[in-house]
Amino acid sequence: MAFRIRQIEFTADGRQITRDRDIATAELTLGRAAENDIHIADLALDARHARLTLEPGGRLAVQAVGTLGFTLDGSSTSSASIDPASGAELGFGSYRLGVSREADGAVLLTQQRIEAATGEGAGFDPKRSFTLAGVMPSKRTLSWLLAALILGLFLAIPITGNLNRSSDPRIRTISDSSWSPGPLSASHHGLEDSCQSCHVKPFESVRDSSCLTCHKSTHDHAVPNRLAGARATPPLGERLLQTVAHGFGKPGPGACTDCHTEHEGPAQMEPTRQKFCADCHGTLNERLVDTKLGNAGDFGTLHPQFTPRIVTDAQTRKLTAVSLDTRPREDNGLIFPHKLHLDPRGGTAKMAMNLGKQAGYGKSLTCSNCHRPTEDGVRFQPVNMDRDCESCHSLAFDKVGTTFRTLRHGDIDQMVADLSASDHGAEPIVSSRRRPGNFASGGTYYANFAVPGVGLSSVQRALSRGGVCGECHTAKPEGGKPGVVPVTQVSRFMEGGWFDHKPHAQEKCSTCHAAEGSASSADLLLPDIKQCRTCHLGEESRKADVPSGCAMCHAYHPSPLAPRQDRDERKLLAGARKQED
Amino acid sequence: MAGNSRKAAQIERRVSIDHEGFLRLAGFRWLKISLVTCLVAIIGYIAADIRPRPNGGSWYGYALGTIGAGLIVWLALLGVRKRAMTPGGWSLKAWTSAHVYLGLALIVIGTLHTGFQLGWNVHTLAYVLMLLVIASGVFGIVVYSTLPTALSANREEMTQAQMTDGIAAVDRQLHDAAQPLAQAWSDLVLAALTEDPFRQGLWRRLSGRYHGATEQAIAAFDTAGPAHSDPAIARVEALLRRRKAQLDRMRRHLRLKALLEVWLFVHVPATIALLAALTAHIISVFYYW
Repeated sequence: MAFRIRQIEFTADGRQITRDRDIATAELTLGRAAENDIHIADLALDARHARLTLEPGGRLAVQAVGTLGFTLDGSSTSSASIDPASGAELGFGSYRLGVSREADGAVLLTQQRIEAATGEGAGFDPKRSFTLAGVMPSKRTLSWLLAALILGLFLAIPITGNLNRSSDPRIRTISDSSWSPGPLSASHHGLEDSCQSCHVKPFESVRDSSCLTCHKSTHDHAVPNRLAGARATPPLGERLLQTVAHGFGKPGPGACTDCHTEHEGPAQMEPTRQKFCADCHGTLNERLVDTKLGNAGDFGTLHPQFTPRIVTDAQTRKLTAVSLDTRPREDNGLIFPHKLHLDPRGGTAKMAMNLGKQAGYGKSLTCSNCHRPTEDGVRFQPVNMDRDCESCHSLAFDKVGTTFRTLRHGDIDQMVADLSASDHGAEPIVSSRRRPGNFASGGTYYANFAVPGVGLSSVQRALSRGGVCGECHTAKPEGGKPGVVPVTQVSRFMEGGWFDHKPHAQEKCSTCHAAEGSASSADLLLPDIKQCRTCHLGEESRKADVPSGCAMCHAYHPSPLAPRQDRDERKLLAGARKQED
Repeated sequence: MAGNSRKAAQIERRVSIDHEGFLRLAGFRWLKISLVTCLVAIIGYIAADIRPRPNGGSWYGYALGTIGAGLIVWLALLGVRKRAMTPGGWSLKAWTSAHVYLGLALIVIGTLHTGFQLGWNVHTLAYVLMLLVIASGVFGIVVYSTLPTALSANREEMTQAQMTDGIAAVDRQLHDAAQPLAQAWSDLVLAALTEDPFRQGLWRRLSGRYHGATEQAIAAFDTAGPAHSDPAIARVEALLRRRKAQLDRMRRHLRLKALLEVWLFVHVPATIALLAALTAHIISVFYYW
């Protein structure tokens, strides 16, 4: 019984060298140490690695000696029993040991190196190893992954969501919020998650019709065809921009979105610039030859005179727009000289002093004694006879005991009835003042006379010029019945523009209204444009105390409300006041 | 013959003196073009009176956006263009020079296009990716202009193959020298030998700080003082120190190479991601037009 160890080696040029040696022993040692029967120079092996023993039955027992095992036909183990006749392959580190039986009965161990010894000259691939390619995912893979991720998240998902959206606009489309370039304005905040409310069709820009579904009462600036005719041909650059915009399917000019931009955050829209208006209105008559509007491009230099709507016929109460340049006279049905009332040395001043502070009067009559501002401070309430005049202009016509009977203002039938029913008419002629002699009550010559002739005649007297009514009103019988010309008080003269008294409160009334010298109520006490221009000039003006763009008084969309700039300022003021509180 | 070769050497030298990097090409031509472009864009931004505030959806915004998108696509095409080296006015060098300076100009153009309105959306994503690409590119320029000197100094005229061959030679000696060692010692050597110096992660490569099996083996041999009397151990330790010295040089080399290369792992994928984000940005804008 013996072992035959066959070593197979290869020369550098690939030639095979086979060396056999027979060892006549029943037990072999295998390991890294030189004293082993089978010496394998591989650091992966123990110094004394394994023992191979021939058993009596002819089988070969292989037993690992150290802590490390070996492989038997490819699988790791630490002991094995092999029949050499059927053969096996053992693996020790980088060496393979084939087991078989030779014809002469010896156990043949074929020792062959199959790879470089473990750790000996590790195999470098310099080309790849020195670059980062070995330690980083490939740039190409990374690129594709990122691109797919971005296109999926930010393109595929929003588009899918949009195409499969519910018809109910309140249900938000998933994940298209990543497309929103910024928050909506405060008033559109409720539409934040409902993109399709405005972006109705894919690849179609926002149309006016989308805006008009909610903004039903917003008026056109003018009739569309007039508007189109009025629009000036824009300069070359702008025409080019318009062509490009149309090429991309943008509506306009004049579309809602031209001015009302969105996704700019919860800010208010800025007042329209003067230039925007001046583009058309500066030379309007060149294109709309039949326009009644004067050209306007800058309040300081190009703006027509004001044309307030005044009463030109008191009887019909007809309002006519008249230019202040024509020095118009108003016929409002009232007889009222401002001069007389405001004279600081006249009877009214004396009367005011008599009425005194408790009644709200000072040394003389002032504007505010009769003209009361409206609650918002923009305009003035109509003068009210009962409240604003009667403290001087008494309507008392009778005294019963200590009580005065008063005519009801504004009701002629009632007035006629009251005066007719008054049995003793006016005050008794005889007063309680005592005359010398026997002329007193109970005396020899005493008679209690009343004013002769009561009823209609007293009505006529009241209505006659200088009478209690006729003092301010013009009598005008109607259908045989007594009556007066109706009085019309205009509370807003200029409806095309907006004037607010409140911001002008620090000015005296007389700065703009020449009431002190007005002897007739026919005088129109409105200031003309020249007066306004002492402070207000165009938006770009450097001289003006108050540079004023069109939007300060005018709104693009005709509305009885204040223009946007004024509304915004009001909101600001209200906000500031709230903070002060 | 000798005269000819001297002449060739002279020409060679002149060429090398005349060498003009892509940064200073043609007297900084593309730097000047870029600066003028930026200036024009900024003046236009101030002059264009966009109400209520500048934004990418205004006419000026669209103009800048179109220029920016065109630039991005053209800049990305360097990846294609660089594969064909050509000389002349439209040389690859000129193209690279333009790539660098126009890429930097994109910071101004892109930022003005945003109108400084940024948010959590796909539009800002594209902008951020653009800045990331530019920033990584700037890093690339910086390392390209500073590191090659350090790289040459570290190599000391060695090729990469020579470096690995040197280590392999030490390794073979170590392998043989360690054969008589006891198991505990030979395991340390084996661990050092089997450790793949290229298997370390990105951070180790970039930082250059390692504490690998070779260092551990040296430390273990150091602490086991009496063992030094064994000449086999002393020899193995000396070999381990030689191995470490060679390994250190190669690791410095790897670190510099990694720094020269790592920005591309951001620059290129971020560019492709940017192209994707740009596509999403443009399509989304027109989808919700």
